[in-house]
Amino acid sequence: MTEATGGIEMEEGQSGIVKKFMFVNRKAPYGTVYALEGLEVVLISAAFDQDVSMAFLDDGVYQLAKGQHTKAIDVKNFSPTYRALEGYDIEKLYVEKESLEARGLSQENLLVPVEVLNSKEIAALMADQDVVISF
Amino acid sequence: MSFELNGRTYDTDEEGYLTNLADWNEDVAGYLAREEKVDMTESHWEVVNFLREYYNEFQIAPAIRVLTKAIGKKLGPDKGNSKYLYELFPYGPAKQACKIAGLPKPTGCI
Repeated sequence: MTEATGGIEMEEGQSGIVKKFMFVNRKAPYGTVYALEGLEVVLISAAFDQDVSMAFLDDGVYQLAKGQHTKAIDVKNFSPTYRALEGYDIEKLYVEKESLEARGLSQENLLVPVEVLNSKEIAALMADQDVVISF
Repeated sequence: MSFELNGRTYDTDEEGYLTNLADWNEDVAGYLAREEKVDMTESHWEVVNFLREYYNEFQIAPAIRVLTKAIGKKLGPDKGNSKYLYELFPYGPAKQACKIAGLPKPTGCI
């Protein structure tokens, strides 16, 4: 609940500056704080009506892999939170094909619908952003 | 921080949000609501229960815009707007409804 706008929808329909933000996720979901912190930043960014996308590369593709069991390492399983992204209108999720294939994963192994692109296509998308933030 | 209720101690963070989600029950909700000076009606419970279901499904407390949209979808457009939610929880659904529902403070609540 963002108190920034006081929950008042007066800003809708007004045209502020909309920038293209891409959040790049390169690390495995557990073992470091990057994935969870990155996801929280993305969820917060949704409150500011920007053009937000996420890219998953390298071990970052594991963030979207189904079947995580975190009980043994005593941390919260935040896989379900990626399913909330749709409700935040963050629907541009890109996964790098080479990273997926190198780890023996395919689209069916992922929690949410994504667009799989090769590294050239991802590079082109990155070049097209106003802001790229890496986690 | 903590409070006592029915002979049990419940831990909270410095802002009064329940530390352990599993500690929640309707008595605890009633206590937290009284602390917030919210008189719980069926409409209040509807939102609180909705928040708990949302949290169970997605493991986060929703942003206000997401909450209003999701409530509108489930309970109808007359309830899916921030005016309605602010009438129920005048100091903000984030601050009050989530607290009463025993959820952590929502991400993006600034």
